[in-house]
Amino acid sequence: MGTTTAAGLGQRDTTGSPRSRLLGAVTLLAVAVLGVLAFVLTDPDVRIHPTTGEEFGQFDAMRLLYVHVPLVVMAYLAYGLCAVASVGVLVKKTPWWDVTAHASAEVGTVFCGLVLVTGSIWGRPVWNTWWEWGDVRLMSTLVLFLMFTGYLALRRTTDDPRRQARRAAVVALVAVLDIPLVNRSVEWWENRTLHQRSTLGELKIEDLTLFTLFFGFVTAGLVLGWLLLHRFRVGWLEQAAFDHGVAAAIAERHAESDEAEVRRAVGERTAEEGPADQGGFTGGETGS
Amino acid sequence: MTHVGYLVAGWGIVVGVLGTYAVVLVRRGRALSGRVPEAHRRWLEAPGPARPGDGPVDKRGAGA
Repeated sequence: MGTTTAAGLGQRDTTGSPRSRLLGAVTLLAVAVLGVLAFVLTDPDVRIHPTTGEEFGQFDAMRLLYVHVPLVVMAYLAYGLCAVASVGVLVKKTPWWDVTAHASAEVGTVFCGLVLVTGSIWGRPVWNTWWEWGDVRLMSTLVLFLMFTGYLALRRTTDDPRRQARRAAVVALVAVLDIPLVNRSVEWWENRTLHQRSTLGELKIEDLTLFTLFFGFVTAGLVLGWLLLHRFRVGWLEQAAFDHGVAAAIAERHAESDEAEVRRAVGERTAEEGPADQGGFTGGETGS
Repeated sequence: MTHVGYLVAGWGIVVGVLGTYAVVLVRRGRALSGRVPEAHRRWLEAPGPARPGDGPVDKRGAGA
């Protein structure tokens, strides 16, 4: 398997392609720009109390939201894609959908885990707590994360790929029902959450802060795209390697059985032709 | 700047985890690519129709 540079592709034993490398370069650039926007160009969240004149707000802790909020949305997107692909698994019954569902679930779970961690780190200085068990949004997000962790565990439980894909698709379609709960929980159970209502929907932020947040969405989207692309290709290669290994094993087995049949046929013929010929065959073998 | 420790931890974990995951994916891809003919890696624009599950019936049956 080559390391040829035909068509200017460079190293060929990779999941990369010219377009994915371009995407990777743009993504890295976007991450760097987001860092500058988030840490250098935007101001901290500092407000003055109208009566006491004291400063209050999130101060610099709000810079964590430039990654936390976009990661949430991209986790939703990845899980949504997993749900669509799972429908494809059940309806179209092709491995393309299965590999897509698996890839998006895995990437989405990485994002969802980071959402929980960054949210917890942000909550400590702002809410004075790492975690609140009674908060419906925190708990529904944790449930979402655990369900998709279960999905990924399920994909390792059986050797029957057909059954595995079908079961995983059903689990994904059930798990994704939690997303509307997570998203709407702050409105449906307003008194049981520390989270505020959407600041984007009511446009409580503006100017460079808003731009940086949207740029965070773009950057997280690029990261999601790059990871999904490469995770899909890894899954595709896993299937191809499996198929290739099975095909090679079958070919080897056929070769072995053909050889055994030839030996058996030769043995039967020599038995029918008598000891004189058998001696001749043996002599031929030793002579060679 | 306030909350520097939280900022370093939050951003550091995000960049570190995503970067590590990306490296793991690339390395897994490289390891697997060596075991699969180029015809199965369509992103290399290699000739040939081969890709797992092409056609009406999935050879492995993964999608059924």
